Amino acid sequence: MDPQLSLLLNGIVSGLLLGGLYAAAAAGLAIAFGMLDIVNIAHPALMVAGAFLVVVIGTTLGLDPLLVSLLIAPLFYLVGVGIYTFYHHFFERRGEEALQGLAFFFGVMFIVEVGLVMAFGPEQRFLDPDYAFITWRLGEIDLPLRMLVPAVLAMAVVGLLILWLRRSFTGLAIAAVAQDAEALRLMAVDPVKIKRLAFGISVALAAMAGGALVVVQPVEPSSGQIFIGRVFAICIMGGMASLPGMVTAALLFGVVENVTATFYGPSWSPAVAFGWLLLVLAFRPQGLFGKAA
Amino acid sequence: MSATTIPVTAETAGPRNLAFWGGAIGIGVALVVILRLIGNDYGYFAGYFVLQYVVLASAWNILGGYAGYVNFGAAGFMAAGAYTAVALRKATGLDLIPGIVAAAFVSGLLGLGTGYLTLRLRGVFFSIATLCLAVVLQTLIVNWDYVGGSRGAYIVNPLEIPPFASWGEYMFIVMLVLAILTVGIARAVEHSRIGRGLQAIRDNERAAEAVGVPTLRLKLIATTLCGALMGVAGAPLPYYSGYLNPDAAFSLSYAVNAIAMPLIGGAGTWAGPVIGAVLLGTLQQAATVTISSALNLWIVGWMLVIFVALAPRGIMGWFRKRR
Amino acid sequence: MSEVLLRAQGVGKRFGGFVALQDVDIELRAGERLGLIGPNGSGKSTFVNCISGDFAQHDGTVTLDGHALAGLKPHRRARLGLARTFQLPQPFASLSVLENVRVPLLFSGDAARATQRGMECLEQVEMAAKAAMLPRELTQVEQRRLELARALALNPRVLIADEAMAGLSNSEVDQIIELLLRLNAAGTAVIMIEHIMRAVTAFAERLVVFVAGRKIADGEPRAVLGMQEVEDAYLGRQ
Repeated sequence: MDPQLSLLLNGIVSGLLLGGLYAAAAAGLAIAFGMLDIVNIAHPALMVAGAFLVVVIGTTLGLDPLLVSLLIAPLFYLVGVGIYTFYHHFFERRGEEALQGLAFFFGVMFIVEVGLVMAFGPEQRFLDPDYAFITWRLGEIDLPLRMLVPAVLAMAVVGLLILWLRRSFTGLAIAAVAQDAEALRLMAVDPVKIKRLAFGISVALAAMAGGALVVVQPVEPSSGQIFIGRVFAICIMGGMASLPGMVTAALLFGVVENVTATFYGPSWSPAVAFGWLLLVLAFRPQGLFGKAA
Repeated sequence: MSATTIPVTAETAGPRNLAFWGGAIGIGVALVVILRLIGNDYGYFAGYFVLQYVVLASAWNILGGYAGYVNFGAAGFMAAGAYTAVALRKATGLDLIPGIVAAAFVSGLLGLGTGYLTLRLRGVFFSIATLCLAVVLQTLIVNWDYVGGSRGAYIVNPLEIPPFASWGEYMFIVMLVLAILTVGIARAVEHSRIGRGLQAIRDNERAAEAVGVPTLRLKLIATTLCGALMGVAGAPLPYYSGYLNPDAAFSLSYAVNAIAMPLIGGAGTWAGPVIGAVLLGTLQQAATVTISSALNLWIVGWMLVIFVALAPRGIMGWFRKRR
Repeated sequence: MSEVLLRAQGVGKRFGGFVALQDVDIELRAGERLGLIGPNGSGKSTFVNCISGDFAQHDGTVTLDGHALAGLKPHRRARLGLARTFQLPQPFASLSVLENVRVPLLFSGDAARATQRGMECLEQVEMAAKAAMLPRELTQVEQRRLELARALALNPRVLIADEAMAGLSNSEVDQIIELLLRLNAAGTAVIMIEHIMRAVTAFAERLVVFVAGRKIADGEPRAVLGMQEVEDAYLGRQ
């Protein structure tokens, strides 16, 4: 095969796998930001906190990072419930979510990130499972398990989430909460309770994404920063409240970023994220897959 | 602009302006005299440290406090200013003062561009864009060899700069003048119809537009001014430390303090950011001697969260009678 | 009293596949009192938002005094004398009553005399005594009055009162009607959008009825209310 073509094909395939990681990172935010209208800018920082916890527990007990991330998900659910309770009590209820609420999440992000620096130092941490060093080959195309396994897990979790949101009463209530809180009240569903539950799930998803992150790359306390632009761009591109849209946007984003990195060098990939975000905000704020307002 | 201030002060605007500028210059002169009497370069260092935050916090307040739009990119705008000064020095040999003017221009343009692309939508999109802006600017700077890339850039300062006692005193006085000007500009905005329009936007943007307030134009004025003044705060940085690298220019402490100081002091009033910056700046300056800088920042983060939750009007809110 | 001040021609608005408003023609003469009624979801608010400029894009044209308004933002239309109030009062919560009224004056009127003019507007709605209060300290009807005073500060030629009486008591409704009649006597044309039939019949000299995004009647109130289609539309819905 033409080496350029082979390079491009590999760039696309590993871009799709990278997109799987992005989907994991953006899944929780699609719930918090897209459905609940809570601008949780601390989400990537919580994901990195999850990653550090995974490294510590996984190393101590000799367990697989992805398994550990599922084990700590309930703990993160409780953290999410706590954060939402605080946020609702002090900001959402008073109608001050715009300025003070944003500042609050910024503070949380900051506390988490600096807290990680103090606890672990600024150095990189890693925990490589055995399969991280295996690469499957399909003809010219490389499929590194380091990327494939987290991507498959992410897709499975997001798929289950989509099913749950569509099939269960609670899921439907979550999808409805941002659009019509009053209707929920009439259905005898407490919107605050629903939002608390949904926000808990969104933070639990951050833990899962943290596990995926550990498998893919070493983590450091500031790892969350470069994810902020990406995950928000993906949520907005995906049309805010749509998980299938989010997944499509994440895969597309991974491909564009990876192909750029392949041909122009990896140091430019963060600029791609921001450029995309700005273009989307400027020309298609309803997202690539959302309906025109 | 002072003719269109709050009605009760309309007749007293003249004397009040005089009192403000007189007081500001008085405090400035007193600070210079005291520091000269102390005669220790550490005093100038600490003074500069606090004053740069007065500029940064006041700049943030123009957009965040008056209009209610949150700018998370303080470090990005500030670094843009600092690197503009470095690039200008390298390209033309022009030094500090032209560097400050150029930094205001570049960072102001950056603010205008970000605002123009995002402010027609919900305000939170602007906040998210500013959040990414710092990361991307840092990427660009790290890849830009002309200004030193990740290694950083050196600026050699003269040892003597008459009539000033030392380079430290010179830098302190420059930042002092910038701080007084910035607070003066913020105060003028607050008392002008621009400020009143921004407050109307913060309270209810749709109603503001419906009663004839040009909301987009006012917001763009505010983002431009906010960006420009943040650039001004950053421009002297390379001259001050004689060395600038991306890690220092994009330091997290600028991002968090730019938000924490106005909110803790009292956002939406010109005095709030000044109180917040003096208080938090002095505390951090004192604390770095005894505790680690990470713990220092951690405490600022906690203070931010506690204040926005329990005292949403900040310290200024304590002095105003509850209605 | 005869020149057409505001003219809407073929105005329509679609949201995705849903047609909220279709092919509406309305002419408003200077100083006229027009009532606009229709069931919920019949397109009244959509129409107001097309006129006020809240929807940047819609079908058809709107002209004020012969000048096309297409492409003008709400604040430009407001300065041309097209004022509106909101269904729910939307005061500037952190500003005093007087400051609320001064905001439009600072940007469209004589900024130097904003305080004096602001007080005059407050006197017109009998709110001068509350000038220093904050909006949250006002009663429902006072908030409605403030909303009207803020619209008056624009020195409007057309005032769109979008359900300015919702949630008020009978005597309060009378107060607002009286107020609107006084404003109208001073030369402002008023479009009253209202569910309270008593208010509409007491106020309007002409009545327009919307049903399902279309104008189905336009004329003298008594005649319009006697029309079979209007009766059907209301009874059919309820």
